Amino acid sequence: MYIAAVFLPLIGSLIAGMIAFVAQGAVRAEDTERKKRLDLASQLITCGAMLLASVAAILVFIAVVVNGQNGTVELFTWVDSGSLEFSWELRGDTLAVLMVTMVTVVSSMIHIYSIGYMSHDGSIPRFMGYMGLFSFFMLMLVSANNLVQLFFGWEGVGLCSYLLIGFWYDRPSANAAAIKAFVVNRIGDFGFALGIFACFFLFDSVSYDTIFSEAAAKSTATMNVFSGEFHALTIICLLLFLGAMGKSAQLGLHVWLPDAMEGPTPVSALIHAATMVTAGVFMVARMSPLFEYSDVALTVVTLIGASTAIFAATVGCVQNDIKRVIAYSTVSQLGYMFFALGVSAYSAGMFHLITHAFFKALLFLGAGSVIHAMSDEQDMRKMGGLYKLIPATYVLMWIGSLALAGIWPFSGFFSKDIILEAAWGAHTGIGQYAFWLGITAAFLTAFYSWRLIIMTFHGESRADEKTLAHVHESPKVMILPLVVLALGALFVGILSVDYFVGEHTVEFWKNSIFVLDTHKALENAHHVPIWVKFLPLVVGIGGIALAYLMYMFAPELPKALASGFQRTYQFLLNKWYFDELYDKIFVKPAFYLGRGFWKAGDGLLIDGVGPDGVAAAVQHLARRAAAMQSGYLYHYAFAMLLGVAFLVTWFLVAGA
Amino acid sequence: MPLATLPTLTPALPEIFLAIASMLLLMLGVFSSEENNTRTVSYASVLVLIVAIPFVGLVTEGRTVTFGGAFVTDTFAVYIKALVLVSAATAIIMSKDYLKIQGIERFEFPVLIVLATLGMMMMISANDLIALYLGLELQSLSLYVIASFQRDSARSAEAGLKYFVLGALASGLLLYGMSMIYGFAGTTSFDTLANIFHDAHGHVSVGVIVGIVFMLAGLAFKVSAVPFHMWTPDVYEGAPTPVTALFAVAPKIAAMGLFIRVMVGPFGELGAQWQQIIIFISVASMLLGAFAAINQTNIKRLMAYSSIGHMGYALIGLAVAGTAGDAALQALGVQSMLIYLGIYMFMNIGTFACILLMKRDGRMVEGIDDLAGLSKSNPGLAMILSIFMFSMAGIPPLAGFLGKLYVFQAAIQAELYALAVIGVLASVVGAYYYIRIIKVMYFDDPVDELDRGISLEMKAILVVTGVVIVFFVFYPVPLLTGAESATAALFHK
Repeated sequence: MYIAAVFLPLIGSLIAGMIAFVAQGAVRAEDTERKKRLDLASQLITCGAMLLASVAAILVFIAVVVNGQNGTVELFTWVDSGSLEFSWELRGDTLAVLMVTMVTVVSSMIHIYSIGYMSHDGSIPRFMGYMGLFSFFMLMLVSANNLVQLFFGWEGVGLCSYLLIGFWYDRPSANAAAIKAFVVNRIGDFGFALGIFACFFLFDSVSYDTIFSEAAAKSTATMNVFSGEFHALTIICLLLFLGAMGKSAQLGLHVWLPDAMEGPTPVSALIHAATMVTAGVFMVARMSPLFEYSDVALTVVTLIGASTAIFAATVGCVQNDIKRVIAYSTVSQLGYMFFALGVSAYSAGMFHLITHAFFKALLFLGAGSVIHAMSDEQDMRKMGGLYKLIPATYVLMWIGSLALAGIWPFSGFFSKDIILEAAWGAHTGIGQYAFWLGITAAFLTAFYSWRLIIMTFHGESRADEKTLAHVHESPKVMILPLVVLALGALFVGILSVDYFVGEHTVEFWKNSIFVLDTHKALENAHHVPIWVKFLPLVVGIGGIALAYLMYMFAPELPKALASGFQRTYQFLLNKWYFDELYDKIFVKPAFYLGRGFWKAGDGLLIDGVGPDGVAAAVQHLARRAAAMQSGYLYHYAFAMLLGVAFLVTWFLVAGA
Repeated sequence: MPLATLPTLTPALPEIFLAIASMLLLMLGVFSSEENNTRTVSYASVLVLIVAIPFVGLVTEGRTVTFGGAFVTDTFAVYIKALVLVSAATAIIMSKDYLKIQGIERFEFPVLIVLATLGMMMMISANDLIALYLGLELQSLSLYVIASFQRDSARSAEAGLKYFVLGALASGLLLYGMSMIYGFAGTTSFDTLANIFHDAHGHVSVGVIVGIVFMLAGLAFKVSAVPFHMWTPDVYEGAPTPVTALFAVAPKIAAMGLFIRVMVGPFGELGAQWQQIIIFISVASMLLGAFAAINQTNIKRLMAYSSIGHMGYALIGLAVAGTAGDAALQALGVQSMLIYLGIYMFMNIGTFACILLMKRDGRMVEGIDDLAGLSKSNPGLAMILSIFMFSMAGIPPLAGFLGKLYVFQAAIQAELYALAVIGVLASVVGAYYYIRIIKVMYFDDPVDELDRGISLEMKAILVVTGVVIVFFVFYPVPLLTGAESATAALFHK
């Protein structure tokens, strides 16, 4: 069953890929009917496979989490070379199975939605194939039972994100965004790979079971790095976290995620909700037995997480592209998850990951529905007044936003609440830092969410006539998945809070998450002052109120603020100038260096020696070698005898 | 002592089965209706070869000798025989359409392949110089005939004749070497030879050494290693394509198996003497395979040089096995070589299947230029041929890369650094001509389209070999364990 859950998406994707690259290549351009049939086939196969996979995943979830079976499946040995030995395995503990369930369910909704959203696109099978492959790699990542398989999935999602962000490869901006995502991820992956090497160096194994059981014994080990002795687990954790920062778009390596909007909207939803960005959070939770022994690493995780949360929230307040606002909200929410991990409240972080998956997919697909209605317009300044025209989307966006803002009883309320309380409950300086930044970010989150809703759906319409005439509610195939996700955004939190972080937490997680007894943040979270409990809700409502004030009742206020605080506004609008900074520090010098290498190194040296030197010599040699082949039998026989004579002589002379 | 005690026949069961079956197949061909007897015999031959595989597999462990010690079966023989049987069977399957197109549908063709396979299996199991020669000749004689099977074509006849004359010369060298060894050591049995050389602690007379060199030359001819390779390009180009496909795989693997058995068996103690020769042959083959192929325009000729190069890489493993006095290292060498041969088989079968699909207006074409624009006209075929080419060039993560990785690793372990470095450099040069084919398919202006339509058998062959090449990295275990147990049979007597 577990195998079906993980591999069905792959099978579906492979078939879609075959259709895209083999079958459709053979279809003539004018044969539209046949092309349509192939499109439909690829959609049905991939969606069917994903749906079946999610059913299988739910069954596995019931078997493992509810009935307490051990679901680990060993497929076969992969590498067995000296002390390096590991298998293809599917790990069957709560953490892995939970992720598998979430990924398959959310991903299948997005798959179905894509049928409607991409209906006018010319290469549907390719799209469906990539999407399925993306889900498969994510499933491989979360179900891994050793670091190498994790890395396999890790790189796989990186690859698929590249393919999907650059799906419309005839747009230069899409290509640039795809390359940016790939390169930035590469930086993180470099650290991640080093982390895996360091793990193998320290534990002589890459399989989780060995690493986790020996972590305590190695908690004081040191490692020599650049001829200095450092705490080994800290080094490992920091390197692994670097990888997580890249994948989960944390401050510093976040620059790729907003640009990833260049891909089709379902891709954004997939990246932001189910796959890819959650990988970093999941990995840190998975590696909790290591992180627990390194206070330094935990502090760094908290610091980065909290800073990311506030940074992205401030930027989100001034963006005008509807998808970009949601993108920054993802970065910000990921920040929340990380600082939860950093204060050892792994289960709270994972809780937020799951609830976030539902409402973020909902928000993105809802935004997609808006864009679809507006004939591909994404700028909110050109929207407004849409609530009468697309009421279903409007209601769904409200549900998503309420969940995002953390309003009771929506899912986001429970998970965000417990994270902030845990940060408070850590009783450390860094915990306080995270708490207060988190509260501020919660205020801003509510503010920009309603800014989005009001600018898009209320007020006077700012769109041109032609677009307005075309506005229509999305087809059922797009709305139904949204309803399912909305149900998730409504009920997942309230139904599962007791299991994730409440009284049943121990039997829910079993041994899949490890927390040292001295790290009591989560326990303390249930005994915080009453004002800490209510503050997140209060600031959330405050944020909504402010948004109403500024955009509904006093629409001239934002403009006045923007011109009054020109500097601040520009600073936020330009995303704290991260892109410009990186451009100056890394990109430009890299270009100069590259140009230098190209002109001097490649042009003069390599071409000089290469094509005109070595390659010419190779050509010459090749002609000579071929010329030996005269075609005459006696030449060949002669060569053989010469060879024997040479070998015998060599022997008699050298051997004697 | 009664004159006629029947030797134990069970170890030779697969060979006996094939021998009887080939006679029956001939009868079948003669007595079935003229119209489609080739078809019938072809299918029956494939069936026979496939049925022979479980017969071979009866040996699970240990080592059995029979016929007065002249014949041996062990897991090593099982591994090589399985590869040979599979490649011979696919060669027959792939020949079906070709024979029809060229108008040379004769039922003797599959029967000759079965006979050749029988010869190969006998030489793989040879445990005596005479038995070795018998097997080798049965194989060679059958192959000479099928090389010139298209006897109306001057090219095919020339190929057969060249192969025959040079093959006879090589056999002469081999026999001469054997007689020297018999003369100086006094026996033809591998086991006795091994004991004699073991007791001599590496000190043997010049006569034996010269004998070994001559034998090496004869064997090197069979695997077409430089400088005994000259026949290869001409024969590959001239022979009918399915025959070339067979030549590139089955006899090569069988001869390599024999090579290993002879070198690490009777002459295992003399590694210090022959290791240098193998290194030389290996380096020369890798370099020639890389350089001489660059200017080729005929894809079969290109594949000839490619196989010369691949034999060079495989021989690296044998060179490692010649490291005197370190059994673990020797085993590593042989194992890497066996893995390499297994992967080589899949890559070559797949590539030749693609070549056999190169038809235009119902006629076969062989030029590399004929592939231009294949990515447009037949994207599936272009993709799978690209996979094979990338694999041959040794691009990760395809199987061809891993095969090279194993032999290079073995060379590094044995401290044969020069060999590994030259190997890597040669594969860089070789990558040029493999990737050029991909460039022609994807970036050159299309010429007239090749014929479409791929028969079910060919599709199956392409898909299976393609899947093996692509997914080997994820599930390499069967081939690895097979090679491991095969190697174990040689080193634990």
